[in-house]
Amino acid sequence: MTETIVNWLVAIFMLSSGAFSLLAAVGILRLPDLLTRMHASTKAGALGVALMMVAAMLHFNDLVVMAKAMAVILFIFITAPVAAHAIGRAGYFIGVPIWVKTIKDELYSHYDADTHRLRSGLETEEELSKPAKDKPRIRMSSKK
Amino acid sequence: MHYIYLITFGLLSIALVLIFIRLLIGPTLPDRVVALELLATVIVGMTGAHAIFTERSSFIDVAIVTALTAFLAAIGFARFLERGGPRDD
Repeated sequence: MTETIVNWLVAIFMLSSGAFSLLAAVGILRLPDLLTRMHASTKAGALGVALMMVAAMLHFNDLVVMAKAMAVILFIFITAPVAAHAIGRAGYFIGVPIWVKTIKDELYSHYDADTHRLRSGLETEEELSKPAKDKPRIRMSSKK
Repeated sequence: MHYIYLITFGLLSIALVLIFIRLLIGPTLPDRVVALELLATVIVGMTGAHAIFTERSSFIDVAIVTALTAFLAAIGFARFLERGGPRDD
């Protein structure tokens, strides 16, 4: 009896994991620009992996496997946002075009592409007149 | 139960193909990096499905290592993009 219930639960978790992974893939293929694609890939992809690891936990019913699968889930949930943040930041700096229907880009008026400087709007006159100490760490591409 | 495994592998394989299309056509390099990261994530899920399918729990270790290398690759690409010079995609 318990065997049957566990098998059903494993089946449900595996199928929903596959469905979420497929959803992430459709999102990354269909969405219009880099940021929306990252939005699809990180969240749905992490949920797909987490569901598959829960299915493995239930299937093997072993403490060691459970600890390892839990480690995978924690690792994915910690690293996916960090990697997405790094790629999104790099993409904004090198000028990846954003979708034409984007209604708000709050960094646009604060970020200076030439000096690679981000202003908060609260600087004093002295700070603004002072040139940036070192040259920008990235080189901008000439084309938009 | 056998059909469940086959359907799961089918869904994950279709996902891999779709991500690979984005990896090929992605207009800029960051798009390709995002596709590559999602490809590794789906491969981690597929390794878990394979562990369940073959009844070998050792494949969970493979999933851990794959997730680790995917994270390092994404961070390395992001650093490369920020430091790199002008590129022509």
